[in-house]
Amino acid sequence: MVAKLALENGTVFTGESFGASAEVTGEVVFNTSMTGYQEILSDPSYAGQIVTMTYPLIGNYGVNLEDLESTKPQVAGFIVKEYFDFYSNFRATSSLGDWLKAHNIVALQGIDTRMLTKMIRTVGALRGVISTADLDDASLIDKALRSPSMNGLDLAKVVTTGKTYEWDAIDKTPFALKPIGRAKKDGRPWFVVVYDYGVKQNILRRLALYGCKLLVVPASFPAEKVLELQPDGIFLSNGPGDPSAVRYGIENIKKLLGKKPIFGICLGHQLLALALGGKTFKLKFGHRGANHPVKNLRTKKIEITSQNHGFAVDSDSLNSMLIEITHVNLNDGTNEGLRHKELPVFSVQYHPEASPGPHDSEYLFDEFISMIEQEHAPAV
Amino acid sequence: MPKRTDIKSILIIGSGPIVIGQACEFDYSGTQACKVLREEGYRVILINSNPATIMTDPELADATYVEPITPAVVEKILEKERPDAILPTMGGQTALNIAVALADSGVLEKYGIELIGAKLEAIKKAEDRELFQDAMNQIGLESPRGRFIHTMEEALEVAEEIGLPIIIRPSFTLGGTGGGTAYNLHEFREKVEHGLTSSPIRQVLVEESVIGWKEYELEVMRDLRDNVVIICSIENFDPMGVHTGDSITVAPAQTLTDKEYQVMRDAAIKIIRQIGVETGGSNIQFAINPVDGRMIVIEMNPRVSRSSALASKATGFPIAKIAAKLAVGYTLDEIPNDITKETPASFEPTIDYCVVKIPRWDFEKFKGVDDTLGVQMKSVGEAMAIGRTFKEAFQKALRSLEQGRFGLGADGKDVFDIRNLPEGKRDEIKKKVMDRLKMPKPNNVFYMRYAFQLGVSIDELFRVTKVDPWFLYNIKQIVDCEEELYGYTV
Repeated sequence: MVAKLALENGTVFTGESFGASAEVTGEVVFNTSMTGYQEILSDPSYAGQIVTMTYPLIGNYGVNLEDLESTKPQVAGFIVKEYFDFYSNFRATSSLGDWLKAHNIVALQGIDTRMLTKMIRTVGALRGVISTADLDDASLIDKALRSPSMNGLDLAKVVTTGKTYEWDAIDKTPFALKPIGRAKKDGRPWFVVVYDYGVKQNILRRLALYGCKLLVVPASFPAEKVLELQPDGIFLSNGPGDPSAVRYGIENIKKLLGKKPIFGICLGHQLLALALGGKTFKLKFGHRGANHPVKNLRTKKIEITSQNHGFAVDSDSLNSMLIEITHVNLNDGTNEGLRHKELPVFSVQYHPEASPGPHDSEYLFDEFISMIEQEHAPAV
Repeated sequence: MPKRTDIKSILIIGSGPIVIGQACEFDYSGTQACKVLREEGYRVILINSNPATIMTDPELADATYVEPITPAVVEKILEKERPDAILPTMGGQTALNIAVALADSGVLEKYGIELIGAKLEAIKKAEDRELFQDAMNQIGLESPRGRFIHTMEEALEVAEEIGLPIIIRPSFTLGGTGGGTAYNLHEFREKVEHGLTSSPIRQVLVEESVIGWKEYELEVMRDLRDNVVIICSIENFDPMGVHTGDSITVAPAQTLTDKEYQVMRDAAIKIIRQIGVETGGSNIQFAINPVDGRMIVIEMNPRVSRSSALASKATGFPIAKIAAKLAVGYTLDEIPNDITKETPASFEPTIDYCVVKIPRWDFEKFKGVDDTLGVQMKSVGEAMAIGRTFKEAFQKALRSLEQGRFGLGADGKDVFDIRNLPEGKRDEIKKKVMDRLKMPKPNNVFYMRYAFQLGVSIDELFRVTKVDPWFLYNIKQIVDCEEELYGYTV
């Protein structure tokens, strides 16, 4: 079935549908990972976005029941160069296309994704529409132009959990990474409250594996109530959209600073920076892929990291008296991590939980647990 | 870290004559190393017995010796030139072997010469089967199960443990003679007995067979600050049992989920650290059981290899050049990326295309040689192509072999004209085609095409060839496209 992608700059691509028959608008972004399409599709941080893969052959290994970052695909739409309905992998349970159709996600194949990627790299992320219903170019371009911009958009409130829930599930597949070796003290698990701005399940699985009992709470959950729960630590999750639009999140974090150890990832990192008085800005075309080199300024070592963000923290906006810049992106020099010089608070822009991507930054979970332990250590 | 200033002159060992299994890829890597090290201000001394190489051009080294690459000759050169270091990782197995010989005989110590790139201990750990297996055990990775035995009783015990089929490899025989694969107990007894007699020390390695498993390779680089990056993943079209040099290979890996790929990536990083390759590139081979995903480490080359040359071309990451810089002390983040110029070399290339390499054989020139492909490399060359789809790259590579084929069939050069086959002949030809496909042979992909034209299914073809169904599906798509085009008239 014919499907079209139209962009706000007037470009129209014609290809073939391999997902649901429908129409959807979103911000068109590209991801450079060569593996991990199932994890990418089910990552809530992609809410509101149409994702195109730069790697051209997608669907090869089908989809399975294990490699999910949430219960369903979260992207607005999906674009690839060549889709494979035929798949080969011992864990596969269905084809990618069938899975997308079952969840009513629009998907397009057979267009020049390299041209599309180059266009996004040149002019920046673009609003677009994919449709199997409306094939009129002028009408589609108009729809792309009328779709909302990512700037100022709070999408965390859209993807966050409706009610609090406990989590203790760990990854039981043979692919699970072993924890760096920190056993909980006197058999009692650390109790961590997780702010869900669109949390990836592998973050929960990692924290659980490090001996944490988790309570996942909605994005707007009041700080006072968090403190009433008396957690050992607080985690700020990844999520979609513009961080500066999540005012309630920033205000809550301000109230939690200095009260409990805090660790943030991605949107959690950005919200933390804003709560600490910093600023964020929209990147031209974002960082989305599994090969971003990040330098740890404390150890001078390089980590190959998994990334997915369209906004970034402005390092210069942070008070250097109070905040240490801990990680920097070696491709464009943007901020990748911070740590408070006095309070037990740190965060990273990239994804130590990987999924998809390399495991180089796994040590950050260990650092969070160490931080919690230190808070509990008897004063000398 | 800045480059080392405590060394002033470096000896590079070339790979010698071009033979099957060792071709111009080592001229490429050696030439790169010479250029880089001279640019960095080191005095470069080169030995290579093959004058028909770029690296022996006069302007590439400060002193070039076109002499036999033997320990005795190299020792004379060391005595005369007194280099501070030897870079043994650029000239293939030949260079590595010489370096080991010189270190073992005490020559390096006598002249105070250091091995850079890979130290003696690392080379030995990677090359010695037992040491390698121990190293893998220590980091919790599986290598093929099995062990060395000296009697039939011991052999039968091992057979009981690991089950058939089993590979029998006698120790210290030339080119692995006296070895083989046993599919039943009778064969097993026979081959172990034969192996024990062939081995001068009556020792045989009895090992689990992973023939038919999926084969993968990772190209890994490490610097002195212990940063490790993966340059390229490669998936072999042909399953385990066919030498990589005789396999069609594809980059990047096509049928691994991210979870499976990351386990392999983690393993590769652990391996390069455990073996102790300090700087530069290594090539690590894995086998994966297609039924349950069990991963086994096959081997590691602690040096620039044939696959490094392929990975360099496939990704644009100049492995030999960077390896030479790492050997003299630079770290990955200090070296600029050749393609972007602005970003550092400490990244993992990601590509938006597919790369296919197809070997070329010339059995016409070797009359009487068995053309069945196995663990000993038989191809004399290869063609690599890049495309936005596997099919595009595959077709381009077939055409680039310059064997008169224009791709997968449809060029009037078929052995069997399936389309015009009389109905009564189809079964006979089909049997011929499928019999041929039972053994890995050169140009089997053309027979896969005949099989698809004859209506053989992907499943059936997979059972016979053990080529991953995803690759077979792509071949079928090419055949189907040809059929469709054939249906049109001008």
